[in-house]
Amino acid sequence: MPRPRDASRTPVDRRRSMLVAAAVGVGLMAAVDEIVFHQLLGWHHFYDRSTSQVALASDGVLHAVELVLLVAGFFGLSDLRRRAALGRTAAWAGLLLGAGGFQLFDGVVDHKVLRVHQIRYGVDLVPYDVAWIGAAVLLLGAGAVLAARSRGGPA
Amino acid sequence: MSHAHGAAAGPPGWLLAAALAAVAVVLYLRAARGVRTGTGRPWGARRTWAFLAGVAAAVVAVSPLVGDATGGARGHMVQHVVLGMAAPLALVLGAPVTLALTSLPVAARRRAVRALASAPVQVLAHPVTAGLLHVGGLYALYLTPLYALTLRSPAVHRAVLVHFLAAGCLFAWSLVGPERTSRRPGLRTRVGVLVVASAAHGYLAKVLYARAPLLPAGNGHGVGELQDAARWMYSAGDVAEVALAAALFAAWHRRRRRTSVRRVTAQAAGHPAAECSTGTTSA
Repeated sequence: MPRPRDASRTPVDRRRSMLVAAAVGVGLMAAVDEIVFHQLLGWHHFYDRSTSQVALASDGVLHAVELVLLVAGFFGLSDLRRRAALGRTAAWAGLLLGAGGFQLFDGVVDHKVLRVHQIRYGVDLVPYDVAWIGAAVLLLGAGAVLAARSRGGPA
Repeated sequence: MSHAHGAAAGPPGWLLAAALAAVAVVLYLRAARGVRTGTGRPWGARRTWAFLAGVAAAVVAVSPLVGDATGGARGHMVQHVVLGMAAPLALVLGAPVTLALTSLPVAARRRAVRALASAPVQVLAHPVTAGLLHVGGLYALYLTPLYALTLRSPAVHRAVLVHFLAAGCLFAWSLVGPERTSRRPGLRTRVGVLVVASAAHGYLAKVLYARAPLLPAGNGHGVGELQDAARWMYSAGDVAEVALAAALFAAWHRRRRRTSVRRVTAQAAGHPAAECSTGTTSA
């Protein structure tokens, strides 16, 4: 039940808004990766036979964390909204930062360091890696701009 | 091989399960009709429906409907998913323990409450123990010759199915059971256990996919069938994790609302905004 905002009692919780939205951002980006690239395009494989056991286990933990973050983030946002403490700009900033952060992690750690899987098989990877990491940097940049703006204005 | 497995619990076995389910449903509905909750309201219809759905799912999973229609590794995986993940969550959300405690006579209720608070139950119902029994049981089943044994012995097969359901219920209850036990760990621990258990489940699914048809040892199924089963195990694990997380955070959400309402009421009454503990689990 949305109540009219009572600024004197429940000030906008900028930090928390950003944090829970970032959780949703990470979960959403992971879901996009899973659904678009794994399921629809079939670029990545469910399991890549060159994947090491350590990478497989760490991938399992990451995936489990992503799902929980998505659920926790939605309930966190709903809680903030109910208390009229949701800062919209801060939340958008968090969403973009979370999504960009995940994309960067996926592009650098998963693909390059752990080599859990590659973006696509049988092609020159450089343009794909550049696009992947470039998208991450764009998302992070947009998030940072919004975060700065939310600090200045009345959120 | 796969025929013996495909026969599920066998006609006598699944009829026995159906009979037990019918008794549980009758007891539940009789108790639900008479009982009034703490606030004087009748027993929630949503809980009743959840319980009925859980019982129905469990009975269908062990019936020839699943066993004969799908058979082999796929049929086994459907049973694992329904008995170990779907039915337990529905049953736990039906709050049968709360219902039993509310409808029992006072003396029996005291004994039941004491039993629930006893050390063995507390240890057994701890999320870590429950998670080990639940996911660890799967590791034991698929990475040891136990799976091959279930194909040869209907008794062992039935025991495994019962374990799926019992361990699944224990795990779901330890995370999201509506009944509070005094020593249930806080939200953070429970979320952590959920993440680790889900990761271990997904890891096992991928190992089974990768090492088909060598695993489970002596399975006698085809590679395609085993890989399908492993993929289903992985996807269903995701759904189960999201469902359990949703139940966990929905409860957190409700507690937050109650706390904020109390705080506002306390402020309106001129009392300090005491964060009244209700003896519920810590958020």
